[in-house]
Amino acid sequence: MEILVCVKRVPDTSENEIELNSAGNDIERDDLVYSVNEWDNYAVEEALQIVDKAGGSVTVVTVGDDESEEVLRREMAMGADKGILLSDDAFEGADGRGIATILKAAVDQGSYDLILTGAQADDGAAQVGGMLAAMLDVPYASLVNKIDVNGDKITVGREIEGGNQEMHEIALPCVLSIQTGINEPRYVGIRGIRKVASVEIPTLGAGDLGLDAGAVAAKVKRLDYFLPDMGEGAEMLEGDTDEIIEKLIEMLKAKGGLK
Amino acid sequence: MAQLFAYILHKDGELDDSAMELLAAAKKIDAGANPTAIVAGAPDGLDDVCNKAAAGYSEVWKVASDALAYPDAEITRKILVNILPADGIVLLSHEHFAMDLAPGLSVKLDSAFAADVVDIEGADGDTLKLVRQAYGGAVSAHVDCDASAGAVLTLRPGVFAAEDVSAGGTVVDKSGEAGDTATARKFIEIVEAEAGDVDITKSEVLVSVGRGVEDEDNIEVAFDLAKAMGADVSCSRPIVDAKWMAKARQVGTSGQTVKPKVYLACGISGSFQHMGGIKGNPFIVAINKNAKAPIFQVADVGIVADILEFLPDLTEKIEEA
Repeated sequence: MEILVCVKRVPDTSENEIELNSAGNDIERDDLVYSVNEWDNYAVEEALQIVDKAGGSVTVVTVGDDESEEVLRREMAMGADKGILLSDDAFEGADGRGIATILKAAVDQGSYDLILTGAQADDGAAQVGGMLAAMLDVPYASLVNKIDVNGDKITVGREIEGGNQEMHEIALPCVLSIQTGINEPRYVGIRGIRKVASVEIPTLGAGDLGLDAGAVAAKVKRLDYFLPDMGEGAEMLEGDTDEIIEKLIEMLKAKGGLK
Repeated sequence: MAQLFAYILHKDGELDDSAMELLAAAKKIDAGANPTAIVAGAPDGLDDVCNKAAAGYSEVWKVASDALAYPDAEITRKILVNILPADGIVLLSHEHFAMDLAPGLSVKLDSAFAADVVDIEGADGDTLKLVRQAYGGAVSAHVDCDASAGAVLTLRPGVFAAEDVSAGGTVVDKSGEAGDTATARKFIEIVEAEAGDVDITKSEVLVSVGRGVEDEDNIEVAFDLAKAMGADVSCSRPIVDAKWMAKARQVGTSGQTVKPKVYLACGISGSFQHMGGIKGNPFIVAINKNAKAPIFQVADVGIVADILEFLPDLTEKIEEA
């Protein structure tokens, strides 16, 4: 089984508080810590577990700049066999459709039975996997939280409402977007990262992929970031801890929160 | 302005709450819009659903197909590609069905795509002026969407207020245009969630923990507080992903829908997926060490504190009382 996993380098929201910059039109990017998109880690782990059972290899691919190489190396340290960086000035400002177009061109240069993405990334759009599947004209399932491989077919579970699971049988090749919680991604130590530090990662640009700038022109453009007016928000309890607790206990009693 | 369409979700003969929210959203694109509702499903009982949609929509397209005995997104996408004009603007509710259906639909229609739209500021010619969120709701963004060749938008449930309407619309049967419904993905079954040791959907008071608990060993601070309060313990998604608690304790759109009187959100950032699982307008207390956490925008009372220190203190004071 040849598996391609599409990953993305994103600001790590567990390491950073995302805030607006002083101009109020973008997030504050100084000192941001970046890491691999959380969902993508689960996708890579799932790919590694499938290959452990069914054989084959795992390739990780990302669209980004030179710094995105570090997330490919991290996923290779987890056990992915190969990394491919798709990078070109023409790719800057690409929307989800543009990213899917670039990935599709890379997929066409290989031969993959299964393509995995994270269910979503930092912008919460959950769009690239479904677009890629449609461009490749292969089946798609989103929010996948279970995969069983049986020959040239796989059984997948989709996470739907109420903790229920929607089960499908899908013919390969296909694209799946992976939900967190499907597995427990393995730990990557500094030693693992060092091991792959000098492995060559091929970089493909628009020309290598046969894409012109028009193919990735964005129809959807983000103009800024801003903080919406959310009205009054919560009544904040302030003071020393004892005062806060006393006030809170009174409120809980009044609202029926203490028995 | 291009023709607007609303894809209507329905279950057991009833419209989803989002059905009329999509109508309200369409009016924000164009106040004079008369969007067309699309109601697809198995033939049995579908006329009744169409009539309910026609209460709000002046035109309803009915697509009856035996292939939709289960509402499968891959089949639905094929049908929609066959019946929709390429330059239409299609609205769907942003939940698991649309996540499966809509990105691919936009590619097949060669339309622009914008997901999880939380506000619509209007249209400037063919450009839709949209608002989205990023980084788990920490910031919002204005987004321009070029709809000149059509657009597919998914809209966050619950943010577009449905209005009382009486359109008395007409139902047009489009079933004959559905076309080939064969797909390489076959629906097998729904596997229902396992019941847990506690049914949080019946709890009146919930102490709910999130990522802020940091480590599995710290979970007991929530259980200790819940015991002192006579409450049950629930959690947000990362706790279940980390396998620190059973799925049956997860509050949110992909977990349980709870209706407590009091909800203590402890170290929970407050994503819309989490808040979507809290109904009945409870008294929400948020405790989070990040003063900018989105949960403080929706909570009634907020406390900026590290739950690992605050919860044991609170527990002690309640036990003393």
